[in-house]
Amino acid sequence: MLLNDTRYRSLTLQAIAAILLALSLGYIVSNLLANLAAQDLNISFEFLGSPAGYDINQTLIDYTSQSSNMRAAVVGIINTLLVAFLACITATVFGVIAGVLRLSNNWLVAKLMSFYVEIFRNIPVLIWILIIYTIMTAVMPGARSYLGDDPDIDLLGGLFAFTNRGVYIPAPFFTSGIGGEEGSVINWLIVIAALFGSLFATRFMTARANKIQEDTGVRPNTLFINLAIWLVPLVVLAFILGLSWDIPDPLANRFNLRGGIQIGAPLIALWFALSIYTGAFIAENVRAGIQAVSKGQTEAASALGLRPNRTMSLVVLPQALRVIIPPLISQYLNITKNSSLAIAVGYADITATLGGITLNQTGRAIECVLLLMLFYLTISLLISAVMNVYNNAMKLKER
Amino acid sequence: MNKSVIFGALTIAGLTAGAAAAATLDDVKARGKLNCGVTTGLVGFAAPDANGEWKGFDVAVCRAVAAAVLGDATAVEFVPTTGKTRFTALASGEIDMLARNTTWTFSRDVDLKFDFVGVNYYDGQGFLVPKSLGVSSAKDLDGATVCIQTGTTTELNLADFFRANNISYEPVPIETNAEGTQQYLAGACDTYTTDASGLAATRATFENPGDHMLLPEIVSKEPLGPLVRHGDNEWGDIVRWTLNALITAEELGVSSANVAEMATSTNNPEVARLLGTEGTLGEMLGLDAEWAKRAIETQGNYGEIFATNIGEDTPIGLARGLNAQWTDGGLLYSPPFR
Repeated sequence: MLLNDTRYRSLTLQAIAAILLALSLGYIVSNLLANLAAQDLNISFEFLGSPAGYDINQTLIDYTSQSSNMRAAVVGIINTLLVAFLACITATVFGVIAGVLRLSNNWLVAKLMSFYVEIFRNIPVLIWILIIYTIMTAVMPGARSYLGDDPDIDLLGGLFAFTNRGVYIPAPFFTSGIGGEEGSVINWLIVIAALFGSLFATRFMTARANKIQEDTGVRPNTLFINLAIWLVPLVVLAFILGLSWDIPDPLANRFNLRGGIQIGAPLIALWFALSIYTGAFIAENVRAGIQAVSKGQTEAASALGLRPNRTMSLVVLPQALRVIIPPLISQYLNITKNSSLAIAVGYADITATLGGITLNQTGRAIECVLLLMLFYLTISLLISAVMNVYNNAMKLKER
Repeated sequence: MNKSVIFGALTIAGLTAGAAAAATLDDVKARGKLNCGVTTGLVGFAAPDANGEWKGFDVAVCRAVAAAVLGDATAVEFVPTTGKTRFTALASGEIDMLARNTTWTFSRDVDLKFDFVGVNYYDGQGFLVPKSLGVSSAKDLDGATVCIQTGTTTELNLADFFRANNISYEPVPIETNAEGTQQYLAGACDTYTTDASGLAATRATFENPGDHMLLPEIVSKEPLGPLVRHGDNEWGDIVRWTLNALITAEELGVSSANVAEMATSTNNPEVARLLGTEGTLGEMLGLDAEWAKRAIETQGNYGEIFATNIGEDTPIGLARGLNAQWTDGGLLYSPPFR
């Protein structure tokens, strides 16, 4: 009988299940549309083109209240990516340091690190964001202490100010670059291109040193050459473009410092909270990864006469990375998604602009939330894709 | 197969939710409780008191409607909403009406599909600053950091005001009034802006209210009023005329103290119609004859509600100003009960 044929049976059942699933999904969507129509609501994305009408406190691209809702969303996207990028880097640094030190033979250091891990990963990140922000605004001096001819507090070294509204640092700009005093983004692209050039040149130098070492057994000293490759182009570029610094000015305004770069308190609180929180998880990943490398490897390395730190960097970590990277990807995704808690401290990320103010002022809840979901999905898949490429490069090469 | 069952159940749930939005009055009566959206806590307008009981100017409107519809002013479930969640809560049917100092604007009325049933407070947007700042006008605020409740009309007014005066500012968006107060007092912003009435209420809760002042500029019109969903006009009428009953009661001299006596002994035909001893106004609304009487009896007339919650004898200390009866030179003008 056909029913007793396993292949036929499973195929048929799967087909029936798929059809039912599609039917019920279709029913749900049509039901949604019918209910929306019954409430006189329509789906329309026209609001994206109309003026947003509100201001945003941190805009990395030009934006005024007359810009469109679309542009407000882009401002939010850039802010989300900025904080996610910064937090991924610092969380990795915190995590690797804490993870390695947790395995230290020094009792105090190991206990301190487990204390860090347990405290930070067991309290919700939203609480950390709020705690850090509240402490910042309550403890740091007010902006006005720095202002006027005779301020209560002088700028640190005449350059930096730490207020409860954020940290002010000097901003670099070019006096004789392309675009004159106003400056142009091309100048920065030139600098970035130079940095990439240096990166490839140093990699080439390292590869060459490896080859010489393998051929002759003597490794040439590359430290000074590499330093020169990094520094000389930068110094030359700075000279040609006329690098100058815009220092925060206490006299220009009666409420706030003007000039320089302002790193707002919301960004700092969010960045730091995400870093230490996720850093605690990454520390555990790193510890697990290191412990997954068999002890025989360490013993073999020391039998060959490698010092402990070289054992760690040459033998243990490269093997541990294979275990560390897959869970690291999900931590990066977590950081990106957790950055949507930004609104708690008034940081203008995509959830705050498109999913907050724009949604509220236009009332287009379904459209805004759909766009938000699409954005987070896209960005998460992108991060996964990039990290998977890295994972493939790192994984055990079977020969 | 399991999945299909779940989806089917979800769909049915969705359908019932859709159908439930039709007749709010029947829902409220069946539930025995009015779901009323209020602020998350603004002393004087809507905030729980020491006993956890909601008190305030907006709360009184909710209670008056509950008294009119259900005969029990305490049969109200107060749903705290933020500036962001309020419209979704109302549109989705989570609340039956919203009394949350919400500004009546064109786009909210027309585009968001709500019905504002009237105005219970004529307000305008102001700025609260510490006196030590030495600012005497909002036009001096060039470069200031401004705390602002996100998702409100004040956010748009603020942008417009600074743009029109060609001065700059840095916004600090905050979610609730409590958060705004904390940021403002910590000095994270130079000035806090929202409706002037809200600022007065907030200032009253400060340790040293005298150290802070409202700037003279009122930069917008903010007619605040209760609102309901589009489409259920019967329910909208009930809320509208309950509010009008409170206003008319003050105009006609009916108060919580004398309403019982007036109901039996009045010679004024409008008072008689209002209190249900003459005519069939209650029946037209789908309520009983004494709906307005109960509302006034439990909450008092508009003037009493104003005086007990936000008036000059309270810590909030707001003058009647625009919110006086039209006979006293204010803007309150209820259509006649006829």
